[in-house]
Amino acid sequence: MSKPIVATTSLAGCFGCHMSLLDIDERILDLIELVEFNKSPIDDIKTFTKQCDIGIIEGGCCNSENVHVLKEFRKNCKILVSVGECAIMGGLPAMRNNNAPISECLEEAYLNCVSVQANDEKIIPNDEELPMILDRVYPCHEIVKIDYFLPGCAPRADLIWNALVALVTGNEMDLPYEVIKFD
Amino acid sequence: MSKILININGKDYSAEPGKMVLDIAKEVGIYIPTLCHYEGIKPQGSCRICTCKIDGRNMTVCTTPATHRMVIETNTEELEKIRATIVELLFAEGNHFCPACERSGNCELQALAYRYKMMVPQFPYIFPAKDIDAKNPKIMIDHNRCILCKRCIRRKQEPENPSWFVFKDRGNKVQINLDHELTADFDDELAQKAMDTCPVGAIIRKEKGFDVPIGSRKYDKNPIGSDIENQGVTL
Ligand code: SF4
Ligand code: SF4
Ligand code: FES
Repeated sequence: MSKPIVATTSLAGCFGCHMSLLDIDERILDLIELVEFNKSPIDDIKTFTKQCDIGIIEGGCCNSENVHVLKEFRKNCKILVSVGECAIMGGLPAMRNNNAPISECLEEAYLNCVSVQANDEKIIPNDEELPMILDRVYPCHEIVKIDYFLPGCAPRADLIWNALVALVTGNEMDLPYEVIKFD
Repeated sequence: MSKILININGKDYSAEPGKMVLDIAKEVGIYIPTLCHYEGIKPQGSCRICTCKIDGRNMTVCTTPATHRMVIETNTEELEKIRATIVELLFAEGNHFCPACERSGNCELQALAYRYKMMVPQFPYIFPAKDIDAKNPKIMIDHNRCILCKRCIRRKQEPENPSWFVFKDRGNKVQINLDHELTADFDDELAQKAMDTCPVGAIIRKEKGFDVPIGSRKYDKNPIGSDIENQGVTL
């Protein structure tokens, strides 16, 4: 039987969730036995080359490219898993959601912030090659259907491992109290 | 006064009449979650998380005194579902960025979400526009995390000062307000007292925080309520 195929991506995230995946230590060898990786920063495959079984999503959607990638994942993966606070609720990038209009964020970042030094022409990047920044940061499940959620910042390596094993083997997931944390 | 007989989860207990069901349950090692209730202040019954089935009706046990032959169910699947839903609502209607919160690991709301294994709220996040009030030299009020339980208002902070906090506005605009005059000369002890009253990270001491490592915080290893459940006392 062919191995289940896994794809992963980091949208508006910090790669911490991917680091946490690597935190499974020597079990990474078991993981390679269990699954095959397709599009993922881990193997640097940039585009889907086949249909995948499990898509692991880190980060929420803060720009048009994130939305595009997420929709690609939905098309190419049977099961999508939101991994980490950013994918689940926007996380720290979503701190701009509650009070700051996008114009204010851009002005702060490119014009007014104390660390801005070399922008005499007062340029806010707006090239059409650049992804459009969204009005707010969206949790992944507000853009596409997400099948499972693994909270944490980053999620504990054991949580990611237990979930992957459960998905691949079809057994019920082991969920001890210590592994569900939001920080 | 002579004792009464009540039945909790199918077992009979003798209890003092008039005592709140919540307190009796606690004494016999049955945990019922609370949020707006704080030991020592008059219960208000507003958060509904302590809802139990009493003689077939859903009632908040922090405000219900025990009566003779009362039959109470504290942990049916339906009740646990109601509680988990209340927790989800509170997460969806506030701005709870736990990874950046000083209270994380010691927060009652977060601990309840852990207890109910909340992976994601079933409701869309509202991301309401909320502010932070950092004018006081010792404490900071973060309205993003306030669950409006009123514990800070209801707790009489000092005999001569009824409260440091008040509610301002109405409806979904309501928020707590710190009396800046009364609290201008706050010391560390009073600041700590104010912070301890709050179940979440809405009242935070300044220049302090993140001082307990991850893994050693109150709810890192032990679910909220496990201290009550593990005491195993029978009356
Ligand atoms: S108050 Fe509690 S639930 Fe809210 S952000 Fe802080 S730790 Fe999380
Ligand atoms: S500040 Fe804390 S204690 Fe006061 S109402 Fe808000 S959550 Fe409750
Ligand atoms: S604790 Fe009983 S209603 Fe809030």
